[in-house]
Amino acid sequence: MAMSLAFHIVFAVIGIAMPVLMILAERRWLRTGDPVALELAKRWAKGTAVLFAVGAVSGTVLSFELGLLWPGFMEWAGPIIGMPFSLEGFAFFTEAIFLGIYLYGWDRISRRAHLWSGVAVAVSGAVSGIFVVIANAWMNAPTGFRVVDGQAVDIDPLAAMATPAAFSQTLHMTLAAYAATGLAAAGVHAWFLLRGKDRTFHTVALRIALMVGIPAALVQPVSGHLSAQFVARHQPAKLAAMEAHWETQPHAPLRIGGWPDEARETTRWSIELPGMLSFLAFDRTDAVVTGLRDIPRDERPPVAVTHVAFQVMVALGTMMAAVSVWALVTVLRRRELVRERWLLRALVVMTPAGFIAVEAGWVTTEVGRQPWIIHGVMKTADAVTPMPGLAVPFALFTALYVLLAIVTTIILGRQMLVVPKTPTTTRPVPTPPATLPVAAD
Amino acid sequence: MPHLLPDVLPPLTLANALAALVIVSLTLYVLFGGADFGGGVWDWLASGPRRRQQRTLITDAIGPIWEANHVWLILVVVLLFTGFPRAYAAVSVVLHIPLTLMLVGIVLRGSAFTFRTYDTRRASAGRRWGRPFAMASVVTPVLLGMCVGAIASGEVGRPVTGRSFADAYLWSWLSPFTVACGLLSLSVFAYLAALYLWVEAKGPGLRADFRQRAAWSAAAVFATGATALATAWYDAPKIIAGLVSSRWAIALHVATGACALTAIWTLWRGRPARLGRIAGAAQVVGMLFGWYASMYPYVIPDTLTIEASAAPDVTLRLVLGACAVGTVVLLPSLWYLLRIFKGAGSAFERLEKATGEYEAVRTSIAELP
Repeated sequence: MAMSLAFHIVFAVIGIAMPVLMILAERRWLRTGDPVALELAKRWAKGTAVLFAVGAVSGTVLSFELGLLWPGFMEWAGPIIGMPFSLEGFAFFTEAIFLGIYLYGWDRISRRAHLWSGVAVAVSGAVSGIFVVIANAWMNAPTGFRVVDGQAVDIDPLAAMATPAAFSQTLHMTLAAYAATGLAAAGVHAWFLLRGKDRTFHTVALRIALMVGIPAALVQPVSGHLSAQFVARHQPAKLAAMEAHWETQPHAPLRIGGWPDEARETTRWSIELPGMLSFLAFDRTDAVVTGLRDIPRDERPPVAVTHVAFQVMVALGTMMAAVSVWALVTVLRRRELVRERWLLRALVVMTPAGFIAVEAGWVTTEVGRQPWIIHGVMKTADAVTPMPGLAVPFALFTALYVLLAIVTTIILGRQMLVVPKTPTTTRPVPTPPATLPVAAD
Repeated sequence: MPHLLPDVLPPLTLANALAALVIVSLTLYVLFGGADFGGGVWDWLASGPRRRQQRTLITDAIGPIWEANHVWLILVVVLLFTGFPRAYAAVSVVLHIPLTLMLVGIVLRGSAFTFRTYDTRRASAGRRWGRPFAMASVVTPVLLGMCVGAIASGEVGRPVTGRSFADAYLWSWLSPFTVACGLLSLSVFAYLAALYLWVEAKGPGLRADFRQRAAWSAAAVFATGATALATAWYDAPKIIAGLVSSRWAIALHVATGACALTAIWTLWRGRPARLGRIAGAAQVVGMLFGWYASMYPYVIPDTLTIEASAAPDVTLRLVLGACAVGTVVLLPSLWYLLRIFKGAGSAFERLEKATGEYEAVRTSIAELP
C-alpha cells in the first residue's frame, strides 16, 4: 500500500497540475495565434495522457488495496468516510471523459469547446484530489461518529468530511501539486534552454510553467504553517516527532537538522532556535509544547523517520520558494530568461525537488500518525488483513512500479526530444490557386 | 395480473436502491470496459491479410474512451466499500490473490496501451507494447470472472480463521466452476468487442472479419456458459436454484435467449449490424441480471444479505444523493464523449466527409489545364 501510494502520489500530483499548463498554452494559442503555443499545448497534452493513464491504473490498485490490505479499516470506516471516495469516483469519471475528448478531439470539436474540455479536466482533477485528501485528513482528525463498545455509532458522513484537518491539508496538498509540477516543468524546459535547443519554444514553455509554479511555491510556506498549527493542536505526538522534541516545556526551541536518538530520548547535532517552536505552533514563545517523553512509548510514532522526512520537506519547500522569488524578480524586471543562466541552472536543480518534497511530506503525515491508522481510534496493526505472506504482493507491486516508472520516463523523454525545429500548425493551410477556375462548377 | 410488480421486484429500501446502483455500474462496466478488454483479445488474435487494419481499428476504437469506461469499475468498488463495507471486507480478504493478479493485469493493460500510443518510435513500439497489452487483456477478464464465480459460489462467506493457507486463500476461488466463469467472462468480453467492431469497421473486408469473429465468440459464449451451468450443479447449487426460482427469472431467461437468437440471426444474415450490436449487448445484460436475480437477497450467498451488510441509513442516503448529483454531471458528459467519437453523423464523420470533398475538389482543380 505504501509503495502503491508513493508511486501514485507523483502521478496524481502531475495529473492535477499538468492540465492547467496545457490549457494555459492552448489559451495563449487561441489569443495570439502563436503556433509555438499550440505545439506546446499538444506536447504537454501527450505528457498528461501518459501520466494520467498510469495514474488512473495505479489509482485503481489503491481503491482495491484499501480493502485488500486493510479490510478491518474499511469495514469499520467505510460507512463514515466512503462518501468522499464516492464523490471522488464521479470527479475522476468527469476527468477521464473530458481528457478523452481533449486528447482525441483536437479536430472534432470547436476550439472553444476543446479549451473548455481542458478546463473540465483541470477542475475535476483538482476536485478529485481534494476528496481523496479529505479522506486522509479524517484519518488524522476523525469526526462524525461516536465509539460505543468498539462500534461506530451516530455516524454522520458530512461531519466526517468537515473534519478540522480538511482545510489545511487539502490546501497544502493542492498547492504542492501546482508548485511541484510547475517548477518541474520549468526545470525541464530550462535544461533545454541551457543546451541551446529551440529557444522560442522552450521560452514560452518556461514562462507558462513558472506562471503556475511560482505563485503556488510562494504561498505554500504559509499553508504549511497552517498545517503545522493544526497538527500542534490535534496531534501533539506527531508534532513532537516532526520536531524531534522530547521535553514538554514552554519556550520550546525549533530544531533544524539533527538526529533523534530514540533509546536515549534526545536529539543530537541539531541547530536550536530558542522559543521558535512554541511561537510557530501556538503564536507565543511561552506556550507549552508537549514532548515525546509525555507520550506513552506504544503511542509514539517512529521519531527518526518522521523528523528527517519533515526536515527534508521544509528544506526543499524553502528552496523552491527562494528560487521562485528569484524567478519572479527576474520576470518582473523584464530580463530575458534565456540569458539568466544561473537562474536556469537553479531551476534545473529544482526539477525533482517538488516531488521529493511531496513524498517527504506524505511520509511525515503517515508515519507521524503511527501507530494509529485512525488517530486515537484504531491502530494500524488491528486493521491489516489476516492473510499471511504480504511480502509477496508488496514485492510484486514494487517491481511493477519500478518498471512502469522507468518506461514512463523513457517515453516522456522521447516525447520531449522530438521537438521540431519549426513548429507546424495541425492542418496545412490551403493556398488558393492564383486564378480561381470559374469553370469548376 | 394486478399484483405482479410487488411479487417480482425487491422492496425499495435504501440498501436495495444502492445495490441496484452497484449492479447498474457493474453492468455498464461489462458493456463498455469489458468490450475494451475484448478489443485487446482481438488484437492478440489479429490474423489474415487485414491483420494490420484490424489492430488499427481496435486502437482507434478504444483510444478515446477506455479510461472513462474503466471508471465504472472504480465506481463499483467505492460504492461497495461505502455502502456494503462488511461484504467488501469479506471479499477482499478471501479473494486477495485473484484480485491482486487482476490489478496487475489492469495496470499492465492500461499502461501498455498508452505506451504503445505515445511511444514516438512507433514501428518498434507496436511490437514491444502490443504483446503485454494483448496478454493482459486476455488474463484480466478471466480473473475477474473467477472472482465473480467465487462470490457466486458462496465460498467467500466462510471464515478464514483456523483454515490452512491453501484452503482459505486458494481453493476458495479455484474450482471448475470459477474457471468456467473466468472463461465465460473472457468470451463475453470478446463477443461484445467483436459486435461493436463489426459496426465500426469501414470496408467490407474488415467488416466481414469482425462479423466472423463475433459469430465464433457467440459460440464460445454458449460453450463456456453451458460449462459454467454444468459445473454450478456441483460447486454453486444455490445459483442453480436461484436461476429457476421464479416465473420472473424464467421470463428473464427467455428474453435473454430471444436477444441471443436475434444477434445470431443478424450475424448469419450479415445485417443489420446495429441491431446485432444492440441484441448482443441486451443478451449480456440479460445474463448478468439472471445472475443478480439468482443471488438476491444475498451479496454473498448463504452468509451476508444486502440488508445485513449495508452501512447505516444515513450513509446510504447520502451516497444515493451523491450518486444522483454525480449522475447529473456524468450522463451529459458521457453522452458528449460518445457522440463525438461513436455517434453516427458525428462531428467527426461530417468533418471526414467534408475533408474528402475538399480533397476531391482540390484534385480536380490541380488536374485542370
